Amino acid sequence: MNAPSPTLLAAKDFKSDTKPVWCPGCGDYGVLTLLTRALADLALRPENVAVVSGIGCSSRMPAYMNCYGFHGVHGRALAVATGLKVARPDLTVIATGGDGDGYSIGGNHFIHACRRNVDLTYIVMDNHVYGMTKGQSSPTTEPDWDNALMPGGTGVRPFQPLVIALASGANFVARAFSGDITGTAEIVAQAIKAPGFAFVEIMSPCVTFRPEQREWKELARPSPVPPTDDPARAARRLMTDDGFNIGVLYTGNRKPYQPATGQERKPLNALAQGFAL
Amino acid sequence: MTVAARPKTSPPVSIAVTGSGGTGVMTAGNMLLEAAALAGCYGFMGRTSGPQIRGGEAAALIRLASGPVEGYADCFDLLISVDWLNLERLTAEIQLGANAIVIGDPSQGEPPASIMVPGIRRLALPMKDMAKKIPGGRPNMVALGYVACLIGLPEAAVADAVQRTLGAESDRLAASLAAIKAGRIAASAVDYPHKLVPDLAHRDERWLMTGNEAAGYGALKGGVRFVAAYPITPATEMLEWMSPALTEIGGVLVQAEDELASINMAIGASYGGTPALTATSGPGLSLMMESLGLAVAAEVPIVVVDVMRAGPSTGIPTKMEQSDLNIALYGQHGDAPHVVVAPNSVADCLATTQWAVHLAEAMQVPVVVLSDQLMGQTRMVIDPPPDRGFVGERQLAAANGEAYRRYALTPSGISPMAIPGMAGLMYTADGLEHSERGTPSSQAKDHLAQLDKRERKLHAVDFGPHWADIEGEGEIAVLTWGSCTGAVREAIARARDQGIAVKLVSLRLLLPAQPDRLAAALAGVKRVLVVEQTHSGQFHRYLRAEHTLAAELKSMRRPGPLPMRPGDIRDELVRWSRP
Repeated sequence: MNAPSPTLLAAKDFKSDTKPVWCPGCGDYGVLTLLTRALADLALRPENVAVVSGIGCSSRMPAYMNCYGFHGVHGRALAVATGLKVARPDLTVIATGGDGDGYSIGGNHFIHACRRNVDLTYIVMDNHVYGMTKGQSSPTTEPDWDNALMPGGTGVRPFQPLVIALASGANFVARAFSGDITGTAEIVAQAIKAPGFAFVEIMSPCVTFRPEQREWKELARPSPVPPTDDPARAARRLMTDDGFNIGVLYTGNRKPYQPATGQERKPLNALAQGFAL
Repeated sequence: MTVAARPKTSPPVSIAVTGSGGTGVMTAGNMLLEAAALAGCYGFMGRTSGPQIRGGEAAALIRLASGPVEGYADCFDLLISVDWLNLERLTAEIQLGANAIVIGDPSQGEPPASIMVPGIRRLALPMKDMAKKIPGGRPNMVALGYVACLIGLPEAAVADAVQRTLGAESDRLAASLAAIKAGRIAASAVDYPHKLVPDLAHRDERWLMTGNEAAGYGALKGGVRFVAAYPITPATEMLEWMSPALTEIGGVLVQAEDELASINMAIGASYGGTPALTATSGPGLSLMMESLGLAVAAEVPIVVVDVMRAGPSTGIPTKMEQSDLNIALYGQHGDAPHVVVAPNSVADCLATTQWAVHLAEAMQVPVVVLSDQLMGQTRMVIDPPPDRGFVGERQLAAANGEAYRRYALTPSGISPMAIPGMAGLMYTADGLEHSERGTPSSQAKDHLAQLDKRERKLHAVDFGPHWADIEGEGEIAVLTWGSCTGAVREAIARARDQGIAVKLVSLRLLLPAQPDRLAAALAGVKRVLVVEQTHSGQFHRYLRAEHTLAAELKSMRRPGPLPMRPGDIRDELVRWSRP
């Protein structure tokens, strides 16, 4: 996280004038609101924040924000964010995207970003569906969910992002709900402040292809237990709860990965000495 | 003691040091090259090996001379082998001359018949037994001492080279020097007329470096301060050289989880204002294609060095080919204007990669540098190339109170770039087609305007004389690129000795193609021999697709891994020059 702004900005100052492509009722509107609120609450300057994304409905986020943005190719947001943060540790770098982008085509980067523990915040808006391609199973979709591409469902066990994040070394792990603007803004603000790789899985309903997810509003509830710094305890909670406990689950104390940059120990031309006879 | 007067120069000598992987032939080869360099000679050592890390066939292919040499000779003069295991697999790569000498250890049996030439001179050197008598002694060091003595390298230069490699404090040093001495004593009884004549005049100014190191150093000189790396043969050594070098000068190298990540990390760093690079080989370049297109569309400068090996698929990871030309030029989906450059010697890897950084930053495009295994892994004695002063300089935006248009339609196509941290210039870099402001757009007018803008950039920069190396005059020309250039130069020199004048044109800038410049360079040329190392003639097709050439064209091509031989090209030129 970078130095706070001298003058306070409001959430709206972090929104652009571009109208989102999202469907009415999409959970991602809530995430846009709460993310911009978190940035304002942290008193950050828009020019010192970069939001990086891949491809999918939720990956459109940077265009709707007033800060630096990078909308790249499908699945590679974390790689772009890693390069940016390592080269520019002074910036606040946030990667956003969906479950298909982050857990399927980008799944390898997700695991290695957790391992690497660069000081990033990764927000996944999980709606258990590929929405932009009009309703196919994603890695988090239930195995029997019927759709045109896989009639009767994929029959494949859902991906467990929070457990995998924990096992792979993410330093901050939280589950949140896009309908809870205030609570999730607080979680996201904590994630941005947390050193190292902070992962926030936000349940964000797709009302068009998964209308039953409107029920999440009734099901999501604050977790009855506080965060732990014990990964084994956190994993046990994750593997035994019903998926609707909301809150920060785990905060670790691993040192973030940040090689020194900008510290010239010898002039460039001195490297040629290694070639001299 | 009287010393026989030596001639001022001597013809180059080609030496193959072979043995199965793990016997230390590459170490011995490198020491031999370094000893020759310290003695005042020029030369190089290429590497060829099977895919195994240990136990496969391996050879250090060395050529030494009084003056600069760039490429392999037609055949080898000396072959010394620690053992003969699987050496028949290198038969095509180690063609022996009629007057060659083969040196082997009698305890290792007979050399493979395929490699032998009838009537060839053979010498027995019991390297294994000799090494055994020295505690810690190794047969490869016996071989080194033997060959060094045969070709007349001073003992002190060999000792110096060994000490530089092992370190003065090494506990292996004494045993190595003793083994080398044993080899030297054994060779002193052999009459070998072919002694190297050193040129000590400017010895201390020379460099000993590989193409991979040269490319890495050139990148840093151009301004690269971020590298994302995923290991791949034969590019790994470039990344391994850059890693500590970057730390020294305040940059950083990150190991990525795959090539998809490495190119995107480079794009992320460059978006943040740090000139960035990744290096790979064919399979990695294939994986990077989508994101190279992203760098085109989002206008993020990056450099991708492809140290080519034989393809397709995994192909032959340890051996050269030029067959990534097509994907480097045309591999991206959509219309994606970018730059492709190719160094044409070990030394040129430095300047061309430095130039690539300059072009990427100036034009805000991805630049692909096509090196290959032959240049990348060959260690060569060179005169330090002059610094052409290429530095990456990006045109930066300045806030002026108006809404910032990142992708403004400027006459040159190059629009000033904002860097995160600059107030009042926030924008989203986008791989989606976009308006001038960067807002996603699927409208025909925005697509056309941005396609035109990105195309214009290719013509906004003066490539100067660097687009090609043009040498000599003649009604016949050879048009080539990359590592073939060394063999072509030597072939042309030999053809000239036979009274045939041949012009050389070696293209360094492949994309954007320079059809007018090439036409001017070939004015008056009636016949053009196109020399390349692909099976399908990718360069020949590219020339015909992108250029209008008045001269008669003839394609001379060969796939990897056998490098072009000057004699073959010379023969072709001689045949073709006859009326």
